Amino acid sequence: MMQEGLDDGPDFLSEEDRGPRAVNVDLQTDATLQVDISDALSERDKVKFTVHTKSTLPNFKQNEFSVVRQHEEFIWLHDSFVENEDYAGFIIPPAPPRPDFDASREKLQKLGEGEGSMTKEEFTKMKQELEAEYLAIFKKTVAMHEVFLCRVAAHPVLRKDLNFHVFLEYNQDLSVRGKNKKEKLEDFFKNVVKSADGVIVAGVKDVDDFFEHEKTFLLEYHNRVKDASIKSDRMIRSHKSAADDINRIASTLYTLGTQDSTDVCKFFLKVSELFEKTRKIEARVAADEDLKLADLLKYYLRESQAAKDLLYRRGRALVDYENANKALDKARAKNKDVLQAETTQQVCCQKFEKISESAKQELIDFKTRRVAAFRKNLVELAELELKHAKGNLQLLQSCLAVLKGDT
Amino acid sequence: MDPPLPVSTSEPDKDIFSGPRAEPLNNPLSETAAEQLKAVSGASSKAKGDVPVEEAGSEEPDDLFSDPLGESGAELETHTSNAPLLDFSEEPPKSDPIKKAASADDYIKKPQKDIFEESTEDGVKAAAAHVGSVAAEKKVLHTDLFGDGVDDDEDKDDLFKTPPGAMMKKPQASLFRAEPDDIFPEAKTEAKPATKASAKQPNNAPTDLFTEEPFTVMPAARAAVKPAAIPSANTSSKTNGLHSDEEDLFAEATVELSLDSPRNDRRKRDAMKPSEPVPCPSTSTSSSKPQPKKLEELEEEEKEDKFDLNISVTNPEKVGDGMNAYMAYRVSTQTTLSMFRSKQLTVRRRFSDFLGLYEKLSEKHSPNGYIVPPAPEKSILGMTKVKVGKEDLSSDEFVERRRAALERYLQRVVSHPSLLQDPDVREFLEKEELPRAVSTQALSGAGFLKMINKATDAVSKMTIKMNESDVWFEEKLQEVESEDQQLRKLHGMVESLVNHRKELSVNTAVFAKSVAMLGSSEDNTALSRALSQLAEVEDRIEQLHQDQAANDFFIFAELLADYIRLLGAVRACFDQRMKAWQRWQDGQNMLQKKREAEAKLLWANKPEKLQQAKDEIGEWEGRVSQYERDFDRVSATVRKEVMRFEKEKTRDFKKQIIKYLQSLLHSEQQLIKYWEAFLPEAKAIA
Repeated sequence: MMQEGLDDGPDFLSEEDRGPRAVNVDLQTDATLQVDISDALSERDKVKFTVHTKSTLPNFKQNEFSVVRQHEEFIWLHDSFVENEDYAGFIIPPAPPRPDFDASREKLQKLGEGEGSMTKEEFTKMKQELEAEYLAIFKKTVAMHEVFLCRVAAHPVLRKDLNFHVFLEYNQDLSVRGKNKKEKLEDFFKNVVKSADGVIVAGVKDVDDFFEHEKTFLLEYHNRVKDASIKSDRMIRSHKSAADDINRIASTLYTLGTQDSTDVCKFFLKVSELFEKTRKIEARVAADEDLKLADLLKYYLRESQAAKDLLYRRGRALVDYENANKALDKARAKNKDVLQAETTQQVCCQKFEKISESAKQELIDFKTRRVAAFRKNLVELAELELKHAKGNLQLLQSCLAVLKGDT
Repeated sequence: MDPPLPVSTSEPDKDIFSGPRAEPLNNPLSETAAEQLKAVSGASSKAKGDVPVEEAGSEEPDDLFSDPLGESGAELETHTSNAPLLDFSEEPPKSDPIKKAASADDYIKKPQKDIFEESTEDGVKAAAAHVGSVAAEKKVLHTDLFGDGVDDDEDKDDLFKTPPGAMMKKPQASLFRAEPDDIFPEAKTEAKPATKASAKQPNNAPTDLFTEEPFTVMPAARAAVKPAAIPSANTSSKTNGLHSDEEDLFAEATVELSLDSPRNDRRKRDAMKPSEPVPCPSTSTSSSKPQPKKLEELEEEEKEDKFDLNISVTNPEKVGDGMNAYMAYRVSTQTTLSMFRSKQLTVRRRFSDFLGLYEKLSEKHSPNGYIVPPAPEKSILGMTKVKVGKEDLSSDEFVERRRAALERYLQRVVSHPSLLQDPDVREFLEKEELPRAVSTQALSGAGFLKMINKATDAVSKMTIKMNESDVWFEEKLQEVESEDQQLRKLHGMVESLVNHRKELSVNTAVFAKSVAMLGSSEDNTALSRALSQLAEVEDRIEQLHQDQAANDFFIFAELLADYIRLLGAVRACFDQRMKAWQRWQDGQNMLQKKREAEAKLLWANKPEKLQQAKDEIGEWEGRVSQYERDFDRVSATVRKEVMRFEKEKTRDFKKQIIKYLQSLLHSEQQLIKYWEAFLPEAKAIA
């Protein structure tokens, strides 16, 4: 099952500004189906994504079309993949995280309340910042949703999925609803059972060395990538706070510079100007680390979970197969229900083999994708870090030259 | 200009210079303004011989002339022999003598005329005008003497024939305007703030006064400018004009002495370069210091050029155990100043010794309007940690922070020309063993008393409504207050930056570990390697953030903290001025009451009590003028101190912030190095 879409890594991490829409390089070579999110609209509590498709596949009525989709519809699509038995042997592309603008909105609201207590400049500055923050979250959300679609579109089997096509083409509301309480509860129990079962299944020694190795690797990898993701978030958060501090220092220095009547004021103004610039760079450093590092880790946290799920399904199938074998042996010994047991055994065997077959390739692809994505992002991260550090250096050097010239 | 040598002055001269040189200077210094005035009028009487002693004496209840004459002679001498310096035909402040004349005219009656008629030399004239105006002011305090002006003007014209006539004819307003132009070109580098201030309001007499500071070297300029301020100021209330006069006299005295000292070549240099600011002598003269002054002023002048005193506080060491433990620091002084016993001094001091030093200095100098640098604050929590804790990071940081703060504190103290002269400072730097400072205990009895005093001060501060006659002080105080506010805000932010940077450092370290783990579990060799490289980079960056946080704190935040406390000291000196003002007002009220009482007695025709009332009035008149002089003196000191403070502040901020930016620069350079090393590793992932 070697497929063409080997590298459909999380490309949302690509361009910092997302000027040109981030489309995977490999996908571009395959012109039969291209999906992107051309536009997004943020309404009160939901985001409307405009999903744009270009395709030469015969089952689409047109070659190019757009539909409006919401986050829930993405989740529906994802869940339909998960529930489809035929896809048990695939790493189901992880669903995009729910858009979370609450924190940002809350801040904006607080800002509105605190309007009276700060100066006009401070207010405008804060507002601009929060708006920028909101925009950043928005872009990220869009990117994550796009990545999901790209992954699906690049998958040799999933791209042919009917639900996927409906999702892309049907120009009306899919009238999917969020899960109700009962369903949520069911999901919860399913998960509990699954994880309990997962422990049992994981305890079973795999006959296949490849899978045995993958199993131990993924278990460890998942935990570590999870840890790294949390830690990177923390690091970036404090980096952002530091950048904010520099920003506030810059404005206070500015106030000092305009108040003072001595010639220190010119000095203060200059330093304020410098800090105003460096804090922007510093904020960009944090934002880029977020984009290149934290998001990468987060994506692979979800993707490795999906890979783990695949292994679980395979493990489950293996256990089922072994149980069916035992049941068949028993039935033969008792000479009772042998035919039925044989059928069950065969079904289980088929299922297991089918899963194993595709899972092996999926896991190999997963690794290839991962390595490529890490390479791309780490290179970009290093380049951006260098760019910003050099920018800061230059600012500092020229400012110091001016200041020393003055004194 | 010929050195004027009036007969009367020449005699005391010899006395002065043959005797211990220190003496003449020393006395005026230790004395209050009243005594200084005595000296001045004594001088005038000496010089003239026929100065109306009776007149002055009758008005001044204090025994003006009880001072040794030799001493007062010294003052006059300074003026006279200063004359060579005042090259009236060339010096810009030519305009000023006129000014002075005008002002003198306003107040001065016969005694002045006498003086002027007799003296033919400019120098003497200047001196005489001084003396005259000062003496006159004394008399004039509560009597209106305006009116004699016309006659005197002629005298003046005679007197100042030497200066070009054009200058003389200038109206007052133009004189003022002329001053900045003439004087300021000579003021270079150091005088900046002053020049600025005065350039702003060239017509504002107080500002002009102010600008004189940097020009001390040109006694002529000073002497001349000052009286100019008087007429404009006297309308509302007496301001610093009078006081400045006194100071001026003494400043010149100082300079004069140096003429005969081995260093007189240096003084000549000063004379050649009038731009060189020598605020020190005048500052120290007006302080009331009990200790004898030798040639220290000269050292100070020297120091202005090249500050030759390095103090470092090093080797913090824990002494003792448990709660009685304390930190001792090594205070090393390197100096060539002759006031110290040797060029290298090393003593051990504990924190409370520093506090004790501050207490002593503050007690002595802050009532006079000096800005006494505050010592670092006591931190019971921090110290307890040090006492109890072993070697832990936060207590190490605490000790280092305190060490650095103590060092900065001492450097600020010794860079203050007047404080450097204080015997307690010298003792602190020199003496092997100091008596244990007592009142520094946080909750000691003395501390409690201090607290009460502070509370009462705060109350009286609120109740005193000062009818500010001088816009400068009002504006400055406001400036200081808003600056204080901004600095506090800024300090809070920098502290927050320090905390966030520390947090960032910790989080980066944790992330580095996490990435290292991820790398170890990654099964692609190249990626695994790249991840562990990334972990290494992050590890280094962590160190970078940590260092930068330390720089944020020690270079930037501590600078702000220092200045917040220094601004407190600045405000305190404004408070002292207000207190002096209040005392003066109270005195005036009292005098008014006494006068009313006298009027009543007169009306009631009770001659037996009249004499007593007159005596009381006389006494109160004396006190009031004393208070007024005190106020003027404090005002002038405050001005000078604030100017000095601002100069220092500018220098400090520039120096520290540049240093801070350099530390940032270094960080970025390192960062570039680290990422550049990482880039090929990332590219090697395959």
